[in-house]
Amino acid sequence: MAPRYQNRIELLQGTLDLLILQTLQWGPQHGYGISQAIRANSGEILQVDTGSLYPALHRLEHQKWISADWKVSENKQRVRVYRLSATGKKQLLSERSRWEQLSDAMAGVLSPAKRGGQA
Amino acid sequence: MKFPWQRERKQQELEQELQSHLQMAANDRAERGESVDRAQQAARREFGNVELVQQVTRDQWGWLWLEELFQDLRYGARTLRKNPGFTLVAVLTLALGIGANTAIFSVVNGVLLNPLPYPYPEQLVTLHESKPNFEFGSISYPNFRDWRKDNRTFSSMAISRRIAFSLTGVGEAEQVRARFISSDFFSTVGVNPVLGRDFAPGEDEIGAAPIALISAGFWKRKFGSSPDVLGKSLTLDGRNYTIVGVVPANFDLFLRSLQVAEIYVPIGQWSNPMLPKRGAGLGFHGIARLKPGVGIDQARADMSEVTRNLTAAYPDDDKGVGASLIPLRQDMLGNVQPILLVLSAAVAFVLLIACVNVANLLLARSTGRSREFAIRTALGAGQGRILRQLLTESVLLALAGGALGLALAQWGTQAALKHLPADLPRAAGIGLDARVLIFTAVVSLLAGTLFGLAPALKTRTPELHNALKEGGRGASATRHRAQSVFVVVEMAMALVLLIGAGLMIRTMTHLWNVDPGFRPQNVMTFGISLPPSMMNASPDAIRAAVRELDARLAATPGVAAMAQTWETLPLGSDDEKVFWFDGQPKPASQNDMNWTIDYVVGPGYLQTMGISLQRGRFFTAQDNERAPLVVVIDDVFARKYFGTENPLGKGILFSDTGKRSEIVGVVGHVNQWGLDSDDTQQLRAEVYIPCMQMPDAYIAMVPSGMGVVVRAANNTAGLLDSIRSTSQQMSGQQVLFGAQTMDQIIADSLAARRFSMILLGIFAALALLLSSVGIYGVISYLVGQRTQEIGIRVALGARRWDVLRLVLSHSVQMAVLGVLIGVAASLALTRLMDKMLYGVSATDPITFFAVAIILTCVALAASYIPARRAMRVDPIIALRYE
Repeated sequence: MAPRYQNRIELLQGTLDLLILQTLQWGPQHGYGISQAIRANSGEILQVDTGSLYPALHRLEHQKWISADWKVSENKQRVRVYRLSATGKKQLLSERSRWEQLSDAMAGVLSPAKRGGQA
Repeated sequence: MKFPWQRERKQQELEQELQSHLQMAANDRAERGESVDRAQQAARREFGNVELVQQVTRDQWGWLWLEELFQDLRYGARTLRKNPGFTLVAVLTLALGIGANTAIFSVVNGVLLNPLPYPYPEQLVTLHESKPNFEFGSISYPNFRDWRKDNRTFSSMAISRRIAFSLTGVGEAEQVRARFISSDFFSTVGVNPVLGRDFAPGEDEIGAAPIALISAGFWKRKFGSSPDVLGKSLTLDGRNYTIVGVVPANFDLFLRSLQVAEIYVPIGQWSNPMLPKRGAGLGFHGIARLKPGVGIDQARADMSEVTRNLTAAYPDDDKGVGASLIPLRQDMLGNVQPILLVLSAAVAFVLLIACVNVANLLLARSTGRSREFAIRTALGAGQGRILRQLLTESVLLALAGGALGLALAQWGTQAALKHLPADLPRAAGIGLDARVLIFTAVVSLLAGTLFGLAPALKTRTPELHNALKEGGRGASATRHRAQSVFVVVEMAMALVLLIGAGLMIRTMTHLWNVDPGFRPQNVMTFGISLPPSMMNASPDAIRAAVRELDARLAATPGVAAMAQTWETLPLGSDDEKVFWFDGQPKPASQNDMNWTIDYVVGPGYLQTMGISLQRGRFFTAQDNERAPLVVVIDDVFARKYFGTENPLGKGILFSDTGKRSEIVGVVGHVNQWGLDSDDTQQLRAEVYIPCMQMPDAYIAMVPSGMGVVVRAANNTAGLLDSIRSTSQQMSGQQVLFGAQTMDQIIADSLAARRFSMILLGIFAALALLLSSVGIYGVISYLVGQRTQEIGIRVALGARRWDVLRLVLSHSVQMAVLGVLIGVAASLALTRLMDKMLYGVSATDPITFFAVAIILTCVALAASYIPARRAMRVDPIIALRYE
């Protein structure tokens, strides 16, 4: 077993799922591509660990939120490409609204004055 | 559904996927200008431990269910092996329950469920003639021919009657069972000869050539199944019949009225002068096939029109005569169906009790296991997973029980079949087939789920904290409540079974105590036929031969008394006559005359059978063909027709002869119709006629077979041998057949009931045993749990008696509750047995009360053993314990 990775999966679980689903919304992508996209879109801040990424991908596949196919890439390599499923799209919407609620709430707690000012 | 080999492929794919990731990362680095070697190294470093990533990813796949199942099974088997005592008790309990169910089901399957082996069996009905005293009487030949001609709802119709022939010329002379049949008998049923041909239409007319069909058994026995049997001739009662075909071995209608025989000959061969008479029943019963799409009601309506027309055309003979139709299946199985259903219900109860018992065992054991489950939960096992584990274990137990039960059932069915009532139809078809195996598997799985569910649900809410902390004594209160409920249910079901068995036992005691009107002990009956040379002898010569036979038999060592009995045997065959009284004008039709059962017997009959003489005298050898005609009547006859008047000296005239016979004596009534149902029959009057005064036409038929009853001086063992040697000394061609003791005939008449009584008794005993084990287990558990409390009570001055009362009060509560529920259930359920009971009501208070007492006593006895243990609790040890 790998307690270190397991702990981090649990820690990141909800967030990472959201990031993966969001990334796949722009089109099918393989694991390496997903990790690169997350890194690029977060301005190099979020570095997705492979030990978290692949378990997450396989779990999402098991949950049928994403599906996977073998394709051949531009440089003639066999790659496993993930694609968002219909239920995955729904899941993405609900996770996004939850995340927005959470970040609103966090923001409200962290800087109450600003929030009050806006209201 | 995923299987292990799929998992292997998935593993390879994962490796490829991670490899492609590494490759892409290295390619990117190389594009940015790093050397290929460094780029690969860096990518690998960035990636981390590939093995580890694979492993955590694999964990996300979840256990494939089959793999989990194997894991559960392995774990379950190990757990069961570790508790051999528990496992043995549970498996044995289940084996008894499942085995009993399998055995009964294999009987139900063979007898009731398997389709009848004829084409479109639902179209077949049996046919009888209904007349004033008989709803299902025999059909007269002319009526049959008109029914067949006039009906519009049957595609074919046939009749048959049994006969016994003396067979000579093929091996030793013997008496063979035969049947007269109309030509279309086998084609109506849908049975084709395995060899040769069936009778053709018209071959059953009077005067047609003598031909015969033989059974496959007879074919094998006499001709070694040789195909050149066709065209050979059989000598039956001195006449030659040409064999034209062989009937299949499995042919049987399982009907008393249409029993199978070894030889079948066309009706027209019967030289009975009564055959063409419309008023004569002569023992014919019919089978008919409905036209496709015709219902039984439609056929009944059709036949009632047909018979109405016949009544109008022949009022003398056919007044009050109708046709009775019974669907073949109902006629064949109508009697056994209720018995089998009651037995099925009874075994289902036994299985339920077994399940409850095992559930209780599991529940008690889950005390010790709550810690195990708490630990597994803490280690990450889901609740569903633990539930599944528990169910796997119980199903494993049930399957083991089922396998053992199957073996028990196989053995038990074989044993039971030996004691089966002889007339259980289709008994040969009973055995283990695919349906029985499926039944056992399904019952085992259901049972496993049923008894596994209760403890599993109980552990569904493990108070993790408490379980770990208290060392497994957490939820004992709820658990013991559940156990008590189980015991109450068990006791209630055991009570129902005990009451069922009790009612059957009371029924049998009543029947055994019924006075049949004769003393069956040491009486034996058999048939005997004179040599074929006597078949065409003059009536006087036949009478002389019968007298000679009587004298020789009476002189045989060991014979205390003997008599001829030509027509009727109590609980066996019967014959009826119609008569009117001397002094009355002869009634216009037979239907205005009176009916009576007639016994045609020799002078020794009263003494041989042990029937009581009430008035006047019985026959003597002087009541012969030259003496005035005399009869003896029974007390039912006397009461019915003479009331308080003295019947002696009065005369009656039988319709067949029209001659006056004088009543010279009154004897006690004999239960002709069976021990149980004689009272309820309409026709009970009995008349005795001396053999020697029978008309010549009747005497002419005697040589082919006459009944004899013999009373043994000491006992019937060996008697038959000395009688046989007497007969052999007279003539080697004289055939002795159908020997039976009267005791045996009586026992056979009760066989179906005795069989149900024994089985219900066994099931009830099993139920009682299992439920007392159940109550013992619960009380033991309770005492074990409360050792500390009892120790404190004793330390505080409680006496042993108080402790005993404390423990027993709980079992009394359970027993009383169980009895109350059981009595309520029995009141509703024993009604199902109504038809099987005699002399006792389905809600017999004595049975109910006695059984309730017995069950309570057994429950108390079972809990007394652990209660004594509680009495002996030493407070010091009890308090130090823990």
